[in-house]
Amino acid sequence: MITTPLQVGDQLPPLEIAPISRTTLALFAGGSGDHNPVHIDLDAAHTAGMDDVFAHGMLGMAYLGRMLTAWVPQDRLRTLHVRFTAITPVHAAPVCSGMVAEVHEQHGELRATIQVTVQLADGTTTLSGHATVAAYPPMKGM
Amino acid sequence: MALSPDVVGTVLPTTALRLERGRLRLFAKAIGLVEPVYVDVAAARAAGHPDLPAPPTFLAALQHEVPRSLGWLEDLGVDPARVLHGEQSFTYHQMAYAGQKLTMTGRISDYAVKKGGDMELLTRHFQVTDTNGAPIAELGDVVVVRHPQVSP
Repeated sequence: MITTPLQVGDQLPPLEIAPISRTTLALFAGGSGDHNPVHIDLDAAHTAGMDDVFAHGMLGMAYLGRMLTAWVPQDRLRTLHVRFTAITPVHAAPVCSGMVAEVHEQHGELRATIQVTVQLADGTTTLSGHATVAAYPPMKGM
Repeated sequence: MALSPDVVGTVLPTTALRLERGRLRLFAKAIGLVEPVYVDVAAARAAGHPDLPAPPTFLAALQHEVPRSLGWLEDLGVDPARVLHGEQSFTYHQMAYAGQKLTMTGRISDYAVKKGGDMELLTRHFQVTDTNGAPIAELGDVVVVRHPQVSP
């Protein structure tokens, strides 16, 4: 966890994910409630015109959440917004990264905007977006 | 194209979910989240939390708490196999914890046609509240409906 005030240009420790297994996709279907068979059933993927199953977009976003909450306590997270720009094939190994792009006052609080990205080993960007976090730990009594 | 601007304002089914420790641990396991605060109640309490916290993106699970989670698309005449998740956003007001019962209301807030009709975009907006009606979070998403046209 970071304990100093956030500054523009600060890099978050990247989060490297091991290749995504079919087991992970099955567990995520159950945990997330998204039972769309295209992510867990090869037959359904074929019917949809895909060569294989692929990861839920929200799995990649959950990894971004992990990166952020490993860096600042979750109660400092204000917003998280991503665009899904490419699918994540099964067995892909995503890497999450983030950088403080701006520090600004919003709703009476100093907040940092973090650019966040998920990329695969071949350079494909699968998710990109931004998070906002409170730039300082909450003061006692607030 | 299958849709029209008339879909804006469509109210989506209200859903509810009581956050349960086992479900949160399953979600944590699926995403490789091993920090004790998210899986061990004693560690969560020692860190000042009343119970296991819901990780930041877990709240999207509420939209699936209906008998047909893709039914809203089918009801609009959209084949779910043609749909992609385009964007997702969360705005947080309070953290959510195991033991809480949360309710999600939602509506279709925008509609757009892109690429000369090859894609339609549906924007949804959801509000998550606790049993007292206090805001927990707002969610937004963009659902892309693909209509690939055959080249002449």
